[in-house]
Amino acid sequence: MKLVTAVIKPHKWDEVREALEAFGVTGMTVTEASGFGRQKGHTEVYRGAEYDVALLPKIRVEIVVEDDSAGDVVGVITKTAQTGRIGDGKVWVMPIESVVRVRTGERDSAAL
Amino acid sequence: MVPTGDTAWLLASASMVLLMTPGLALFYGGMVRSKSVLNMMMMSFGALGLISVLWVLWGYSIAFGNDVGAGMLGDPFEFFGLRGLMEDLTSEEGGLPVMAFVAFQAVFAIITVALISGAIADRAKFGTWLIFAGIWATVVYFPIAHWVFAFDAGDVVGGWIANDLLAIDFAGGTAVHINAGAAALALAIVLGKRKGFARDPMRPHNLPLVMLGAGILWFGWFGFNAGSAVAADNTAAVAWVNTMTATGAASLAWLATEKIRDGHATSLGAASGIVAGLVAITPSCSAVSPVGAILLGAIAGVLCALAVGLKYRLGYDDSLDVVGVHLVGGLVGTILVGFLGTAAAPAGVDGLFYGGGVDQLWRQVVGAVSVMTYSFVVTLIIGYLLHKTVGFRVDEDDEVSGIDLAVHAETGYDLHVSTGAGRTLTGATAGATGSSGVGADADRQTEGSVKS
Repeated sequence: MKLVTAVIKPHKWDEVREALEAFGVTGMTVTEASGFGRQKGHTEVYRGAEYDVALLPKIRVEIVVEDDSAGDVVGVITKTAQTGRIGDGKVWVMPIESVVRVRTGERDSAAL
Repeated sequence: MVPTGDTAWLLASASMVLLMTPGLALFYGGMVRSKSVLNMMMMSFGALGLISVLWVLWGYSIAFGNDVGAGMLGDPFEFFGLRGLMEDLTSEEGGLPVMAFVAFQAVFAIITVALISGAIADRAKFGTWLIFAGIWATVVYFPIAHWVFAFDAGDVVGGWIANDLLAIDFAGGTAVHINAGAAALALAIVLGKRKGFARDPMRPHNLPLVMLGAGILWFGWFGFNAGSAVAADNTAAVAWVNTMTATGAASLAWLATEKIRDGHATSLGAASGIVAGLVAITPSCSAVSPVGAILLGAIAGVLCALAVGLKYRLGYDDSLDVVGVHLVGGLVGTILVGFLGTAAAPAGVDGLFYGGGVDQLWRQVVGAVSVMTYSFVVTLIIGYLLHKTVGFRVDEDDEVSGIDLAVHAETGYDLHVSTGAGRTLTGATAGATGSSGVGADADRQTEGSVKS
């Protein structure tokens, strides 16, 4: 099993969710996150005092999938979240050792 | 026979002015960081409680008792506890109830004290603030209110600015705004800068609160200015229109200044411009024409927008710009009466631009500078004495982690669904309502099952 983690632009979140559901993903964990990459931050002005805001709002999506569908899930996210402008985000994949469904105690693939 | 129309307007105005202090609490509260919103609001609410009581005990008497000498001070004992005033009218025949005037002037004292608190955001001990507020009101505000607002009437002798200097201050440009602004500067110097001032971002945590506060202030200010006619008459109506007009112009002017300087017209700028305009039209609303009010408001909007940057250059942490808005706005409004005053307005005095020469101008300057100097010096003394004895600043750790939690044992917001679970009821109520914890859990479960 693999953990696919994507950090994307907040306004792309709805599209990404719909695309993942259409692909067959049955569940995910979503967090409102903040961060920056090459895009860096932005500037805010309050009564003439300028502030550099380093962190930008992002959505972090985490999905556990079977090994063989990890590549396709990454593809779906990348295709949907892409605007072509700087700040679109990142997607990465990590191996998972084991998974348990809390309600039933089912393990690994049965728990997905 | 009591003039019921005038009495009704004065009591309505007093109620509107009272609402300005909670409005100020929102205006200030939204401008600080979320970790100190409650303390910021509590400084205003503390003033509401304390000054309400002091005004009745000796405040009114110091401000409006018979003068004890040179127009400096009313007799503190004459109306101590408002004695003898419960059935009095302001004149034998056809006068307002004195109590209506007591009420109207009380709410001015409250908001003047509350205004100062913007200079010492995030870092003042609440107890010391209250002690300061009581002493400051007694030795600074009540006497200055006597100077400016106590007019001679029959055998009763009033204050020197109102009766001898004859400076025009219709609703408190000197007594309220220059006074509070100068005191704010003194306290900002006494308390020193917040940790991280001019280095860490200290952005307003809730601008909608600031906008709501500015709106409430504007509404209440119609009571402040038009109510200062102490009658439901033409003067009140002129003051109302000028208060609307100057404020609109000041807000636009602040936005234009920002747009040119920073590239953006901001919501905080609009709200700040509103307050700057309200401050500037306060002394002058009976003295200028509506077109004069546009000019006066616009000048105040530009100058205050530029003045709020001074604290970074001069290195004093007037956190919410009480100096830049109230001291500067108060000076602009008070002194411009000497230029823009017109005999066609209810105050009936021509300024320099209307052929009146400099006669009114020097009176305005002397009034403004006198109040500013007295307030600044006396506040500096009170502030230093408290700072060296009981202490005026909270511990550095408490300031950094948040004054709300350290001083009031509360936090302003609970926006996370899960934090309730980490809290357990302890203390006095825990035994009496032992089942409430279970009940709360049951509620949460129900809530969860409805959602799923």
